[in-house]
Amino acid sequence: MKKIFHQIATIPAAGAFLALAIACLFFSMQSDRFLSGQNFSLILQQVMVVGVMAIGQTLIILTAGIDLSCGMVMALSSIIMTKFFDAYGLNPYLSILCGLAVAMLFGWFNGMLVTRIKLPPFIVTLGTMNIAFAITQVYSGAQTVTNVPAALTFFGNTFHIGGTTLSYGTLLLVALYVFVWWFLRDTAPGRHVYAVGNSPEAARLTGIPTDRVLLWVYTIAGLFYGIAALLSVARTGVGDPQAGQTDNLDSITAVVLGGTSLFGGRGVVLGTLIGAVIVGVFRNGLTLMGVASVYQILVTGILVILAVATDQMSRKRG
Amino acid sequence: MNNSTQQSQVPLVLQAKGLIKRYGHVTALDGVDLELRQGEILAVIGDNGAGKSSLIKALSGAIVPDEGEILLDGKPVHFKSPIDARKQGIETVYQDLAVAPSMTIAENLFLGREILKPGILGTLFRALDKKKMLEDAIAHMQDLKIGIRSMKQPVETLSGGQRQGVAVARSAAFARHVVIMDEPTAALGVKEGNMVLELIRRVRDKGLPVILISHNMPHVFEIADRIHIQRLGRRAAVVNPKNIGMSDAVAVMTGAMKPEELGSEAHA
Amino acid sequence: MKFQKTILAVALSGLTLSAYAAQPIIGLITKTETNPFFVKMKEGAEQSAKQLGAKLLTASGKSDGDNAGQVTAIENMVAAGAKAILITPSDSKAIVPAIKKAREQGVLVIALDSPTDPVDAADALFATDNFAAGILIGKYAKAAEAGKPLKIATLDLFPGHPVGIARHNGFLAGLGVQGITTKTTDLAKPAQVVCMGDSYGDQAKGQTVMENCLQKNPDINLVYTINEPAAAGAYKALQAAGKEKDVMIVSVDGGCDGVKNVKSGVIAATSQQYPLKMAAWGVKAGVNYAKTGKKVSGYVDTGVTLIATKKLAGVDSKDANFGINACWGTK
Repeated sequence: MKKIFHQIATIPAAGAFLALAIACLFFSMQSDRFLSGQNFSLILQQVMVVGVMAIGQTLIILTAGIDLSCGMVMALSSIIMTKFFDAYGLNPYLSILCGLAVAMLFGWFNGMLVTRIKLPPFIVTLGTMNIAFAITQVYSGAQTVTNVPAALTFFGNTFHIGGTTLSYGTLLLVALYVFVWWFLRDTAPGRHVYAVGNSPEAARLTGIPTDRVLLWVYTIAGLFYGIAALLSVARTGVGDPQAGQTDNLDSITAVVLGGTSLFGGRGVVLGTLIGAVIVGVFRNGLTLMGVASVYQILVTGILVILAVATDQMSRKRG
Repeated sequence: MNNSTQQSQVPLVLQAKGLIKRYGHVTALDGVDLELRQGEILAVIGDNGAGKSSLIKALSGAIVPDEGEILLDGKPVHFKSPIDARKQGIETVYQDLAVAPSMTIAENLFLGREILKPGILGTLFRALDKKKMLEDAIAHMQDLKIGIRSMKQPVETLSGGQRQGVAVARSAAFARHVVIMDEPTAALGVKEGNMVLELIRRVRDKGLPVILISHNMPHVFEIADRIHIQRLGRRAAVVNPKNIGMSDAVAVMTGAMKPEELGSEAHA
Repeated sequence: MKFQKTILAVALSGLTLSAYAAQPIIGLITKTETNPFFVKMKEGAEQSAKQLGAKLLTASGKSDGDNAGQVTAIENMVAAGAKAILITPSDSKAIVPAIKKAREQGVLVIALDSPTDPVDAADALFATDNFAAGILIGKYAKAAEAGKPLKIATLDLFPGHPVGIARHNGFLAGLGVQGITTKTTDLAKPAQVVCMGDSYGDQAKGQTVMENCLQKNPDINLVYTINEPAAAGAYKALQAAGKEKDVMIVSVDGGCDGVKNVKSGVIAATSQQYPLKMAAWGVKAGVNYAKTGKKVSGYVDTGVTLIATKKLAGVDSKDANFGINACWGTK
């Protein structure tokens, strides 16, 4: 029995998957509206923004870093995308590219501060979080941008498969996860991310350009925040300067629930998707039951502690 | 002295001449020489502060000496980083640092030198040829007779000796000229230490000369062909472990005995 | 075997739920879960739902301004089969597309307390007339100060919020400043207003704003605040500067703790609003829609009362005890 527990604990996302399965079983017994393709599609749509951001967060946490700036960078990027179109009449696709570029620029800036000046990622991203927030408020005048072209809301559009409505954003979410999962598992740069997180010194001595790895990880994470911005605009139909304020913690929650170690070097990105979905399932399920949403936060808190405790135990054993 | 002129017929693989390294007012290397011959295990011993680790760092590219030159196969080389040294075929095994615990044995063997898939997947995404890496990993481990059940095991599930085995196998697999081992047995128990010594011998028997840095005198005397005694930033003597007692070697190392006081048969 | 049992359990729970299917489901979405204003609102909704035999679902954003959280709540409530959703929008514009989707699926959406932008994005608005609330305290301040030259500090909500704008402008209109109407879309800044700052309705932030204003203009003699917590912050700052006796504070809201500050003299006057009524009436309208299919529409004023310590000639007001008993509506 103990052995089985240990084996489960060593498969990074197994605990998360188990929690998800139990939660789904529980909610299907509590509400007849829970267990439907339509409802699951809805949950995926609700987690897609944080879900895509959490990919970037996973990459960074795998290198033993952390990114507090992601939500604010996402909000800034969404304001750039919408306002470049709204205020200057820029081509919507170019506006999207500008939004993505700004998000990557912030990621790159984080990476430069972490690798060149050797500042701790927590402090660096605490700083850029505030910078991104301030720029967002100043540039938008704290005003929501409502004039949004169709190109920016494409990923909010839906199509039908056998009575279930799916959004293109959901497809993008899943596709990005599968790609990054493959990339981290089966490519040299992907493995270098784990090596740097395991032991930067060992990685350096084996000839891995650790600074270059960190720099591209932070920059690519920025790209994911930009994509999340696009999905956020698509989902809400507006450019919202107040968006993303708790998304840094929400994305870290998804990563941790998914079994990725905050100490770096261990974890599977698909676990993060499960982690994000768990939060969505609780929010949705408890609402269907008529339970106030504050209990969803309570449950999330308990799950986070369980996930981190499991991580610690499996590390001690190793 | 006779002995040494005779043996110097054996070609020198790596040679250091008059290396000097200063840190402010502290002189770590004070014109040190070193010669490594083809197919030997050269142990480097020395007290703390004798410049042992600075010497090794200079040879492995971790530091750049202020003066002096390093010759590899008779040609001068300049290492700006460990990566430069590695490109020249000099591999270093570090005490406990250079493995990634959560990654598999096969991944650790090829860390930073992965085998990529042919075609677009390899060139664009740098996708790994995992099958080839696994086969090669098995071959390398068998080459050194390291018995490990699965190459897909994470390194953290191995014992200390087995981890060191992975590190040694990695160096042996990629070194073309020299393997440098920095205290490879320091963190290990008796049995595992012996296992690693056996591995070092096998590396030499494959034809790769080895520089071994160690505090452990019994290990040094058991395995070294020659011993380089480092003292006060210079080479005090090179001795032959077969013709000198451990206590005399330690006496020279600590300065209690002058090298000249040793019998000529002791020098190598 | 176990699996079959599960299926059975699922089927059974389905049955029990469908037995209640006749019970109308009403959703209430507030900005936050913890703010006393929304707690009161929830209380009103619960009372009313119990009385009318409706099932109440509640949810909120994580913080004021969390639009994504409210969008998610709307979706989940529609999925839960809600016939009507009552919402206090955190972001008056950003919430509109989600409300539109819900209405397209036949859900009655009533905005409580704050309007959507545009107002007709929701079926109806049950709210305080914030402009009128502002006028009441403006008139009171005018009567109290009786022609003295005014130096005013305003501790507003946050940029762009229509409730903040309506109260602020109403207050100035009540003071008699010309050219301000309900149509004015920005915070008006006539010459009497010497300092303006965003308090976010928060005591600590309100205190900071007031401190800074006093640095700028030590001779401020009238302070308008968006709500009583901000007023309490302002009072703290005035106290620290030794000016609490010379400066008059007026406010809007009339929360249960807030009106106590009217009694103790911290706040001279406040316009009391009735969130409990907004929710209770909202639930009633929702149940009515579920049963009869008849929708409410337009603006429904839930009323304001001026609560003041000192009665002034020509200004109709109630005393603090009335305010404490009626705080935010008792039924």
